[in-house]
Amino acid sequence: MKILTTVKRVVDPDAKVRLNSDNSGLVTEGLEAKMNAFDQYGVEEAIKLKEAHGGEVIVVSIGDSAGTKEIRTALAMGGDRGVLVTADMSEIDPKGVADLLAAVIEREAPDIVLMGKLSVDSENNQVGQRVAAKLGWPQATFAFTCEVADGWATVGREVDGGTANVRVKLPAIVTADLRLNEPRYASLPGIMKAKRKPIEELTPDDLGVELEPQLIIQGYSLPPARAAGEIVDDVDSLIDRLQNTAKVL
Amino acid sequence: MSFLVNRRDLRFVLYELLDTASLCERERFAALDKATFEAVLDTAHQLAEDKFASHAHELDENEPTFDGTSVHILPAVKEALDAYVEAGFMAAPFDEELGGMQLPYTISQAAAALFHSANVSTAAYSFLTLAASNLLRAFGDERHKRLFLGPMLEGRFFGTMCLSEPQAGSSLGDIRTKAAPTGDGDYFVTGTKMWISGGEHDLSENIVHLVLAKLPDAPPGVRGISLFVVPKRRVEEDGSVGPLNDVTLAGLNHKMGYRGTVNTVLNFGDAGGCRGWLVGEPHQGLRCMFHMMNEARIGVGLGSAMLGYTGYLHSLEYARERPQGRHVDGKDPAQDQVAIIEHADVRRMLLAQKVYAEGAMALCLYCARLVDDLETSADLQERAQIELLLGVLTPIAKAWPAEYCLDANRLAIQVLGGYGYTRDYPVERFYRDNRLNPIHEGTNGIQAMDLLGRKSLRDGGKGLRALLAQMEPTMAQARKHDRLRPWAVDLAAACARIGEATFAVGAVAASGQTRQALANATAYLHLVGHTVIGWTWLRMAVLAANAPADTTTADADFYAGKLHACQFFFRRELPKTERWAALIVSLDDTPSTMPDGGW
Ligand SMILES: Cc1cc2nc3c(=O)[nH]c(=O)nc-3n(C[C@H](O)[C@H](O)[C@H](O)COP(=O)(O)OP(=O)(O)OC[C@H]3O[C@@H](n4cnc5c(N)ncnc54)[C@H](O)[C@@H]3O)c2cc1C
Repeated sequence: MKILTTVKRVVDPDAKVRLNSDNSGLVTEGLEAKMNAFDQYGVEEAIKLKEAHGGEVIVVSIGDSAGTKEIRTALAMGGDRGVLVTADMSEIDPKGVADLLAAVIEREAPDIVLMGKLSVDSENNQVGQRVAAKLGWPQATFAFTCEVADGWATVGREVDGGTANVRVKLPAIVTADLRLNEPRYASLPGIMKAKRKPIEELTPDDLGVELEPQLIIQGYSLPPARAAGEIVDDVDSLIDRLQNTAKVL
Repeated sequence: MSFLVNRRDLRFVLYELLDTASLCERERFAALDKATFEAVLDTAHQLAEDKFASHAHELDENEPTFDGTSVHILPAVKEALDAYVEAGFMAAPFDEELGGMQLPYTISQAAAALFHSANVSTAAYSFLTLAASNLLRAFGDERHKRLFLGPMLEGRFFGTMCLSEPQAGSSLGDIRTKAAPTGDGDYFVTGTKMWISGGEHDLSENIVHLVLAKLPDAPPGVRGISLFVVPKRRVEEDGSVGPLNDVTLAGLNHKMGYRGTVNTVLNFGDAGGCRGWLVGEPHQGLRCMFHMMNEARIGVGLGSAMLGYTGYLHSLEYARERPQGRHVDGKDPAQDQVAIIEHADVRRMLLAQKVYAEGAMALCLYCARLVDDLETSADLQERAQIELLLGVLTPIAKAWPAEYCLDANRLAIQVLGGYGYTRDYPVERFYRDNRLNPIHEGTNGIQAMDLLGRKSLRDGGKGLRALLAQMEPTMAQARKHDRLRPWAVDLAAACARIGEATFAVGAVAASGQTRQALANATAYLHLVGHTVIGWTWLRMAVLAANAPADTTTADADFYAGKLHACQFFFRRELPKTERWAALIVSLDDTPSTMPDGGW
């Protein structure tokens, strides 16, 4: 079974991100980076599928060359080889990411693609869906269970108010939610093995993808500071404030 | 922000200060590189956050219990240690043929630093096993290695160190545990060991005790101590784990801190059936132990440093968030309160923590780097020099962090005010945990006597001279920068004070008055310790001052912080050496001459 999984290098969610001086972007230099948490579930599931069905796990990342580090982490967890598409992430929108991934997927022709449901930095939650649409493949998003047999994947999905089960014909796109599994650590022997695993570097040109962002970020601002609270005298005035000032009743 | 360590600082120490990456040019580490080191530390960091830090508070509140039959330990401890073993940390520093990764000691200590910060109590089980494994690797025979070391590196057996007894702690020459030949090549061990960390639990299939005991023909004192491996359960020739080996738990000690590490009183051979195997030569047990002492003591120092470090990061975060009061020159009650980090006195407490913790971590990792050099440097003359240097630095690397990073924890509590004194915040736990470090692995008082009596006075002070010589190039580099030049002068003055103090004490010792000579050993430890830490800060400041001008904002902030912290140390800490030196030179004997009836 050929399994493709994706990893994104993101700023450590515990780090304090600041706005730059003209509010046109975020200052991320000097902050620690990590693999997107949801991608860890995707990678873990990919490795489990390989352990159960045999085959190969290909780890794909898009971004600058620092991203080889996150690919190596996934290879240390048990992936077999990596593909890095080098691109400037500040000039690329979810559609661009999806176009690049779709191109890699067409080249690799995997049986299944496992991705994180979203990346914890921009939280767009679009890429898996866009890739599926672009390729005309079935998709199962927000997976918390995933069984593969006889050319089909049965996926339990977390949806508002409960869960849903879907069966998708392979090849398909599955995006991982956080209850899917417990990602393994990149073990020390795994790290040593990963050093010898190949990582191919490609550019958007190599893939024949023209990047035309459709989403342009105009600027950033911080949420307004919370105003101080107020102590009211009685229940009546509380109701009055809720109705007329806060307008929540 | 991680509360375990500033990874930028750790990288600074590892690669800029200690050039750890260059170790990969040596044959032993040829398969490794900096990216591998960072990947190892990433795994350590994540594991430490997810599996160790996550239960540190709960473990402190739920110390191990003994119901008369077995010891119960919070299940999260086993889960964490299983994950640690699974990830390959137990075997990492060992040879590839033993299943290890031949990780440099410097990097395995950097990884250990993260586990210390996260949860010293849980991490202790693995560090004890590592220490015991190290001894068996160095002195065990083929059989010890096959039956015990192998399973320890696989994480199936855990280890302990059984030195202390109820009546013999600092004075190991007075131990009473005995070992008598059985006639089958092994020994019957009888006696009681006190304070044994990790002495009884169900975290592993078996526990391997390394026990100091005396053979029947033993000469008195420290020259008559031998080392034995004594498993909790017998191990058969085929490696299978057999019946219990008559090591019984007499009870648990209930401690101030480090509560998650079960601490035991163990009876060996109450029923006459406790068998042990001799490790190394008869009567050479303490020598074996001492061989490992450098590493064990550096490990204790690093543990202290990291408790100081995590306390610093916690109190820093708190100080940025806690609004309280207004600036002294703007007390308008209508104005918003300022965060306490704005107050000069709070900044003093934060800076003191920073210089203690970052300085101590850098010193301990430097010592770890020296251990790597001692083992792998191609230059034999350099190795001899390093051995001398490590000899003087080890008591400092153990005792200075234990003293000053404990003080850092006191300051962390102070920054949090009343909240710091409650168990809702972790800083009081750090203090309680850290309070052990001046006591175990040779009390700080014993370290002071080791530094002055053995390392500085013996052999014409060769060790001390080697240390002072190391500081020269740093001072020369510092003199090239306007801001650093006065510090180079101050450091030279502190070195001169060490010379005078050592000379004064040496003269008394030479006249045969050893007791008088060593009476102010603790002041001497502070004097040399502060000078060494000052040197360490100056080394870091030189790197910061030489940093390329085109660094990013974050890097520029980082280096500016290093320079400012160095200034703090040189203006407020290093001057203390004057007072200690004066005391030593005066040969003051007030404590010794206190009349007995006057207490
Ligand atoms: C939590 C904990 C865990 C421990 N774990 C272990 C373990 O796993 N294995 C193990 O073998 N031991 C262990 N120990 C024992 C520890 O190493 C001893 O407590 C330590 O060596 C001191 O011995 P003592 O407690 O008997 O104190 P003492 O030796 O009685 O010392 C009391 C005081 O007298 C001072 N003193 C003693 N002799 C001299 C001297 N000659 N000159 C000047 N001052 C002196 C000491 O500095 C100290 O201040 C542990 C202890 C604790 C508290």
